[in-house]
Amino acid sequence: MSSSIANEANDLTAVEYIQHHLHNNSIGDGGFWVINLDTLFYSWLLAGVLMYIAWKMGKSMTADTPSGGQNVLEAIVEFVQQQIKDIFPGSNPLIGPLALTIFMWVFLMNAMDLLPVDLLPSLGQLVGIHYMRVVPTTDLSTTFALAISVFALIIFYNIKIKGPIGYLKMFLFHPFGKYLIPVNIIMTSIEEIAKPVSLGLRLFGNMFAGELIFMLIALLGGASLLGLLPQIALGTVWAIFHILVISLQAFIFMLLTIVYLGLAHQDMEEEH
Amino acid sequence: MSITATLIGQLITFAILVWFIGKYLWVPMTRMMDDRKKRIADGLAAAERGIHEQELAEQKAAQHIKEAKEQAAEILAQAQKRAAEIIDEAKIDAKTEGERLITAANAEIEQEVNRAKETLRAQVVDITVAAAGKIIKKEIDAKAHGELLQDVVGQI
Repeated sequence: MSSSIANEANDLTAVEYIQHHLHNNSIGDGGFWVINLDTLFYSWLLAGVLMYIAWKMGKSMTADTPSGGQNVLEAIVEFVQQQIKDIFPGSNPLIGPLALTIFMWVFLMNAMDLLPVDLLPSLGQLVGIHYMRVVPTTDLSTTFALAISVFALIIFYNIKIKGPIGYLKMFLFHPFGKYLIPVNIIMTSIEEIAKPVSLGLRLFGNMFAGELIFMLIALLGGASLLGLLPQIALGTVWAIFHILVISLQAFIFMLLTIVYLGLAHQDMEEEH
Repeated sequence: MSITATLIGQLITFAILVWFIGKYLWVPMTRMMDDRKKRIADGLAAAERGIHEQELAEQKAAQHIKEAKEQAAEILAQAQKRAAEIIDEAKIDAKTEGERLITAANAEIEQEVNRAKETLRAQVVDITVAAAGKIIKKEIDAKAHGELLQDVVGQI
């Protein structure tokens, strides 16, 4: 099912097939100033879906007789609320919507991975779109957009809660006290910068690897008719396993966001 | 496979999405759920209060019944006491009345006796005068010997 391109266009080798699949549909002249249309299209589509659901549910929900959809959303909202309650000190009106949005949006973008790898690109070829990557979270721009947003909020709340001087003190006297200030600066800087980098790379790495394995599995059936059976078997197993991965990655991104912002909300004096 | 200007688009999308979901989903839904939680808690508290009030009412009712019983017993005791008193009074009245009747009867009897004595005395005088007249064959002048006769009769 997924290897139609490899079958139809026999001039594509396995390497070319994969390279083709990893090619964004983009405009721009290379370097930074490139816009990946496919990434934007699918992430906006899913954002639109989320907005529609949010708007519709927010309007139609009732306290007394919740419908099925409302129950699902309530369960998600309550789940996120519980995580925040467990981890986050104090209260912040932004953290709830932020965590919920990250969880649902990342989950939906990851879930695009569960569609057959060739389905949407093949349909795109029919209408003349040659390159298409359907999973926005396999694009570093997406994962780092989220990570950088979180990073900006971390800095903002660090300064807001601890004060500029308190934030500076954190760099100077943490973690080794006042006698190792140069080491402290380096350590804390690495610690802080590692937060967005690990956030963005973790999500990207997981989704990229998952997509790649789907492609490799798809190549099995393309290689020979004999490969069709392992393709179906492996594809099924990997897809089922991937359901876990996409949920887990969305959850981890949300959880770490809450944890990092929670740390930013702690006063240094309380910490020691 | 590198970070590109797509990032800027995604940043803006993310910001808008967070704002939108916060405004239209998170805030109303959490408020609704909090309200519902509060309503459920209130309902449970009201039920608890109702049970408590019922218990109180039952206690009160039991108390009332107990008091009523006590009052009834008291009234009964008073009635019995009153009855006994009435009986006693009646007895005393009867006794007094009896005594009075006896006294009256005694007085009457005495009166009768006195009257009979008087009558008897008069008759004795008459008989004595008649008998004495026959004995001495001489008429005794009742007027002349009246004083003497009166003395005799007085001695009878």
